[in-house]
Amino acid sequence: MPSPLKCDLCAKPATVHLTQIVNNKVHKVDLCEACAQAKGVTDPSGFSLADLLLKASLNPETPAAPGVRCEQCGFTPVDFKKLGRFGCPACYDTFRSLVEPMLENMHNGVAHTGKVPTRSLERKTLYDRLTKLELDLTEAIRTERYEDAARARDEINQVKQAFNADAQR
Amino acid sequence: MPNAEIPNISSLLGTPSELTDSGSAKTAIVLMTRVRLARNLSGYHFPGWAKPEERERVLASCRASVAATAPMRRCFNFAVADLSDLERQILVERHLISRELSSAKEGAGVVISRDQAFSVMLNEEDHLRIQVLRAGFNLKKAWSAINDLDSQLEEHLDYAFSTTLGYLTACPTNLGTAMRASAMMHLPALVISNQMEKVVRAVNQLGMVVRGLFGEGSDASGSIFQISNQTTLGESEDEIIKRLGSVLQSIVEHELNAREKLLEADSGKLYDKIGRAYGILQNSHLLSSSEAMNLLSLLRLGIDLGVFPEANRSLVDRMLIEAQPGHLQYAQKGELEPGQRDVLRAARLRSEFAAVARPDFRAPAHGGN
Ligand SMILES: [Zn+2]
Ligand SMILES: [Zn+2]
Repeated sequence: MPSPLKCDLCAKPATVHLTQIVNNKVHKVDLCEACAQAKGVTDPSGFSLADLLLKASLNPETPAAPGVRCEQCGFTPVDFKKLGRFGCPACYDTFRSLVEPMLENMHNGVAHTGKVPTRSLERKTLYDRLTKLELDLTEAIRTERYEDAARARDEINQVKQAFNADAQR
Repeated sequence: MPNAEIPNISSLLGTPSELTDSGSAKTAIVLMTRVRLARNLSGYHFPGWAKPEERERVLASCRASVAATAPMRRCFNFAVADLSDLERQILVERHLISRELSSAKEGAGVVISRDQAFSVMLNEEDHLRIQVLRAGFNLKKAWSAINDLDSQLEEHLDYAFSTTLGYLTACPTNLGTAMRASAMMHLPALVISNQMEKVVRAVNQLGMVVRGLFGEGSDASGSIFQISNQTTLGESEDEIIKRLGSVLQSIVEHELNAREKLLEADSGKLYDKIGRAYGILQNSHLLSSSEAMNLLSLLRLGIDLGVFPEANRSLVDRMLIEAQPGHLQYAQKGELEPGQRDVLRAARLRSEFAAVARPDFRAPAHGGN
């Protein structure tokens, strides 16, 4: 073990040492007093320690694919290395290959088995369906398939009604 | 739903709360249970990456949805920017907001239920951090209460969710259930008998985290610890709660054993600590925050052991919060130097404990709980 230990976040001598065992793997974090304060080892929420472990596990030497950028928010892997957090929900799709290897060490499994926001998902399904139907409608009109266009229009009305019913619930 | 009255910290302090007014023999070792859920809106940047205008927009829309839920009737609804440093500190000391939120940038807020059992932080690290507190060892009730509130919110808010990764959070360590369940435990006998390190290691091995009350070193915080789950992805909420619950139960048993052993080995030594704590609380003129916490912890142990009547528990629990720097200074209407605070803290505790009857060491009940 190198001594004295240096802070994982800056290079000052570390005075706070944390050891966690997740899935039988030992994770160690060493911090100086200032970083321990700043990084919320003092936060009682229980969220921040895991975050520290994450940062420590991010190897700064791993080359990041520099060209990849989240279309929704402009986030890059370099930003992630710096912040330890993502920019928006869509980042999880964009950076799937970066996220997946991390999860195994971080969690007790790699797939969600808990609560599902059923109502959010229902609304999303309706919304996606509506978007597709509107495209169909435009395309049908453009190619003069008027029966298809009428069918699409009927369906659009149905989906919109479902939306309204949903909003009133 | 807008509030008719202007919510402020004074009215919050003047309202009975789940944390300060529910003490009973049932909360002897597990003072309170807490469950937190992280949630984000789909289609928006996470707060840390969002521009101020976007944060303000998210804040406005979440605030309205949160305030409209049933548990939030007549809620306290604060924008962090409108609160003074002292007021923020009070909310931290009452476990209603995190330190991170208290130092947040524009567009951060918190909605707190009347009884302070529910709070929803807005634009902390995630758009919503929903929390419920329950006095005593009540993980299942806490989960069911927060599950309800979460479902009510989801009626109006589109959550960011992936079928494989679960609730999408700014930090990947919170993915999946995005749930942190925790208990605040009073473990004086394990501390006195130097067993906490062993307990911490064992608990870590089971995938749980142990921390001091406000995160600082183990004995500076009145032998009060928080134990919570470390991982959030791969298990359901019920599984996590069940696993945490059995870890907590076994810690309770270890604490009870440690108390028995201390009494068997040398009850005089333990009673001496409790008796001295009583004497100091009634007579001292200078008390630091950490000394006060430790004295209050010993009094609480005395109550568990039957040395003081049960009726004193709520006083001790209230003082554990009200002797904190933020609460003390707020009561004094201004910020004070640490030295002045110690004078004030001692005076407050002297007057609060003046009426507490002398300890009765004759036939205490063993163990507590
Ligand atoms: Zn540092
Ligand atoms: Zn993104």
